[in-house]
Amino acid sequence: MAIRAFLLCIILFSSSYTSFALYEDQVGLMDWHQQYIGKVKKAVFQTQKAGRKRVVVSTEENAIAALDLRHGEIFWRQILGVNDVIDEIDIALGKYVVTLSSGGSVLRAWNLPDGQMVWESFLLGSKPSRSLLLTPTNFGADKDNVILAYGNGCLHAVSSIDGDILWKKELAENGIDVQHLVHPEEGDTIYALGIGEASQFEAYVINVRNGELLKHSSKGFTGGFSGDLSLPTSDKVVVLDSSKSSLVSISFVGGEIKFQEFQISDLQGYSGEAVLLPSKLAGMVAIKIDRSLLFVKLKDEGTLEVVDTVPHVEAVSDSLSFAEGQTAFGLIQQDGAKIQLTIKSSNDWKSHFLKESIEFDQQRGLVHKVFINNYVRTDRTYGFRALIVMEDHSLLLLQQGAVVWNREDALASIIDVTTSELPVQKDGVSVAKVEHNLFEWLKGHLLKLKATLMLATPDDVAAVQRIRLQSAEKSKMTRDHNGFRKLLIVLTRAGKLFALHTGDGRIVWSRLLNAFHKSGTCESPRGIKLHQWQVPHHHALDENPSVLVVGTCGHNSDASGILSFVDAYKGEELNYLAPVHSITQIIPLPFTDSTEQHLHLIIDSEGYGHLYPRTPEAVDIFQKELGNIYWYSVDINNNLLKGHVVKKNCKEEIADDYCFESSDLWSVIFPSDSEKIIATSTRKFSEVVHTQAKVNADQDVLYKYISKNLLFLATVTPKAMGDIGSVTPDDSWLFVYLVDTITGRVLLRMSHHGCQGPVHAVFSENWVVYHYFNLRAHRYEMSVVEIYDQSRADNKDVLKLVLGKHNLSAPVSSYSRPEIMTKSQSYFFTHSVKAVAVTSTAKGITSKQLLIGTIGDQVLALDKRFLDPRRSLNPTQAEKEEGIMPLTDTLPIMPQAFVTHALKVEGLRSIIAIPAKLESTTLIFAHGVDLFFTRLAPSKTYDSLTDDFNYALLLLTIVALVISIFVTWIWSERKDLQEKWR
Amino acid sequence: MDKGKAVMGMGRRWAVDFTDNSTSPPSRDIPDPLGFTRASQDQDDSTLSREKKNAEANWKSQKAWEVAQAPFKNLMMMGFMMWMAGSTVHLFSIGITVSALWQPVSALQGVGKVFEPYKDSKVDLLGPKLVFIALNLVGLGLGVWKLNTLGLLPTHASDWVSSLPPAQEVEYSGGGFF
Repeated sequence: MAIRAFLLCIILFSSSYTSFALYEDQVGLMDWHQQYIGKVKKAVFQTQKAGRKRVVVSTEENAIAALDLRHGEIFWRQILGVNDVIDEIDIALGKYVVTLSSGGSVLRAWNLPDGQMVWESFLLGSKPSRSLLLTPTNFGADKDNVILAYGNGCLHAVSSIDGDILWKKELAENGIDVQHLVHPEEGDTIYALGIGEASQFEAYVINVRNGELLKHSSKGFTGGFSGDLSLPTSDKVVVLDSSKSSLVSISFVGGEIKFQEFQISDLQGYSGEAVLLPSKLAGMVAIKIDRSLLFVKLKDEGTLEVVDTVPHVEAVSDSLSFAEGQTAFGLIQQDGAKIQLTIKSSNDWKSHFLKESIEFDQQRGLVHKVFINNYVRTDRTYGFRALIVMEDHSLLLLQQGAVVWNREDALASIIDVTTSELPVQKDGVSVAKVEHNLFEWLKGHLLKLKATLMLATPDDVAAVQRIRLQSAEKSKMTRDHNGFRKLLIVLTRAGKLFALHTGDGRIVWSRLLNAFHKSGTCESPRGIKLHQWQVPHHHALDENPSVLVVGTCGHNSDASGILSFVDAYKGEELNYLAPVHSITQIIPLPFTDSTEQHLHLIIDSEGYGHLYPRTPEAVDIFQKELGNIYWYSVDINNNLLKGHVVKKNCKEEIADDYCFESSDLWSVIFPSDSEKIIATSTRKFSEVVHTQAKVNADQDVLYKYISKNLLFLATVTPKAMGDIGSVTPDDSWLFVYLVDTITGRVLLRMSHHGCQGPVHAVFSENWVVYHYFNLRAHRYEMSVVEIYDQSRADNKDVLKLVLGKHNLSAPVSSYSRPEIMTKSQSYFFTHSVKAVAVTSTAKGITSKQLLIGTIGDQVLALDKRFLDPRRSLNPTQAEKEEGIMPLTDTLPIMPQAFVTHALKVEGLRSIIAIPAKLESTTLIFAHGVDLFFTRLAPSKTYDSLTDDFNYALLLLTIVALVISIFVTWIWSERKDLQEKWR
Repeated sequence: MDKGKAVMGMGRRWAVDFTDNSTSPPSRDIPDPLGFTRASQDQDDSTLSREKKNAEANWKSQKAWEVAQAPFKNLMMMGFMMWMAGSTVHLFSIGITVSALWQPVSALQGVGKVFEPYKDSKVDLLGPKLVFIALNLVGLGLGVWKLNTLGLLPTHASDWVSSLPPAQEVEYSGGGFF
């Protein structure tokens, strides 16, 4: 015991002046960072007169990025806020990228070469409308700088030089939905075209110079319209009528509206709904029915003619005009893994410029979007490249019948993460290939030795750094002794599952799950959760681990669910169940069956529990524990917290061995006029706690109240639900609760007057840390609450403890209602926070650090010691020895404590801590639009030598010592002999 | 012996006979060295006077007492060192405490050996031995006390529960947002 105390002291001392900072040459040794952009929404090519050919894209993750067309790398990237959705993107003046975002209310210009923002304009309007952007290119030389942006019902003319608003015109007075801005080939006028509420076509003719409304004409159509207007030429629009059986072409030249209606007989033969595609095809419109496309040509006199019907069309690009008068558009047909790209001429249907068939990896699903661009071949003919966006959110560039590059941008939208161990290294698995031979190993270490002794040349230093970074050790596909190498299994919004290697972040496998394919019964499948399903470690070691992917078919709670089981080593979908009962809660149970499958209870919207795996063995295990399995639900809308107990098998309509009924036990109702639930937090399911006792400096023991069944819940007054600053401090209250989820007992209720959300909380061991805004102090605050078990406090008799006559390790029930004591303290914190997590280690001995995702998309590691309610202004000597800091009003932020060092995890959403096998170390994975992974040792690596430990030096020293021992021994022998002969 | 002779016979120039003849009577033909009279040693007791003997016994008991009191000096020094070391755990204080514990223990182990030179039928060694043991026990006590002040003795409840795992819970609950 004394030894342990002594060791603990050593650990404490060694950690009392920890610096987490990395040296410059340590960057990239154990961390990796990957940049993504998300699913591409719009793309604009910039290839003319540009040294570096690039494509500018806007994405669903609100990113604007310039990509290198040769390799697909990011030249630059800007990520807007979550609510700042990019609607339109274009290139103006050949040097600015112009974006219209936030529903048409923010117009920004970015410098094309480097992505710096040049100017920003806020376009104010009266009511939300669709947003349109028009960057005319062919005004006279003096007017080449006008950008027309429509948003919030107002048309704005903005100078592209500095973003000044030149004029403003309100258009949507009568609920008119303006859909197109048209600038005819010549002249100073533009047209704004839309459909009114009473199904009338509206055309505004506006002077570009001053915004003067030249003409406003409106004409009703008896048949009514359905869907959006399509604009095949600059003087006519085409729209489907309300019966969807005929097309109407509308001519609006000079504000004179003329309708021409055409019955399309070809439309009748199909069963699906006809949809007019928004693609801008020169002189043509495309109508989609049942995966087939009808191309309808618009003739000069306004008549329409069906040109062709093409089956299996997945995507059509906008038309592209390249040489004089030549326009073309791209068409993607897909049949299984085969993609056919056709570039057709808009002028002459019969001819096509290009027809390529490309086969690739089937794990990408269907083509969602296509953008085409042309280039001039060496023989002066035109070649085409196509940028395609796939169902799995990946981006591919096709050129000359091959995939030039691809980007896995599904990784920008990760929903959930879990881990899997790698396979155990077996004899016969050829390891020699990856491992250095002894000579190289020695050479590397000699170089290191030279560097240590300051003898190395800059070349040597570079070589050492290269060896360190490219260490084959870290990217091996087998389990390592320290548990650093793992597979990160991530579920993305696209329904694609990826396995990333923690060593270097490469994709080991990826799979678009069959269970998440759109079908008639499952309209909008989406993933929700990822759970470890089978973790073989004892008697089922020869089986591969597997994960459970849970999803639902819709957005409401009674949508049917999807369950898919995936092999974690190979990525094969072992089995899937879809559609099943609805899924509202997934409760992983702490039991496993004989094949190490984890039992899961899935609660449906009716409150029935469904047990998985569906085997009699699982039911047996579950039946034994029946009566001790509870679940709770937090109902935000009704301000209700309810507890349920799983009782018996279902009796009613679903007679099923795996279905269990539950009955309501308790409920906590928060008065909805004074409190609104805004955040909850519980302990992590897999968290390991080393000890229940906390020892003070004066040898006093406090017993932690460690329960997995505690829920932290925060409520605010309804007035304080809005943004910060929308309420006065007097009206704003923040309440925090600790609720036992078995009995519904409220262990603690605390109020913070003048505070409001958003609340970010993290619960670990016996403490909660939460972050909120203090309106009085105009600052963010963090509070800590530690919970101690008072009923165990009198276990202080040493003799009894020595003899083991105590009940401290007897199983406890929440119904015993132990007395608890809480300690809490609050501190100011400078940053606003996006996510909070806590480090976790294999045995829970190592001290903890809070991982705070700051608003600047960085991850800050803050010692839990700073959030210790026992901190006081003048700690005693004993307390100082224990490591208690003097109390300060603000939590310190050391620049070295950022684990992301100089990098940013753009759009940070979540931070996950995974324990390594080595107790001192925890693996950190932060994801948002970017991914970041690193290894962290909150109390330094006290249980292992550092990576840059010089084994060569140690070996050399040992050899030298042994030699010197021998030499001196022989020497002394000889001297002895001489002495005797004397 | 035979072997030695055989070797000699084979032409060795010299040989050393290691047989100790000192105790055996000079029955063999080897004469005693010059100036050595076997008789004087045998007649030692009888030739020495009683006073001389008493003086030696006195001297022995005096020495034994001195030896017995030696740990006291040691104790004082140890006390001083301990005071210097302070009450925090670090390398110096640990070293001092370990030596403070080790010295008395090793001294107690070698009680017999320490007093062996003074063993005499006329000298009563019990007193010095007891004092010696007592002083060393005091030293040991001092070491233990030091250990305790350093907080390295498991005398507190905290030492016995510091790695007690948390109690298992009977019930299990899960859930979240509905």
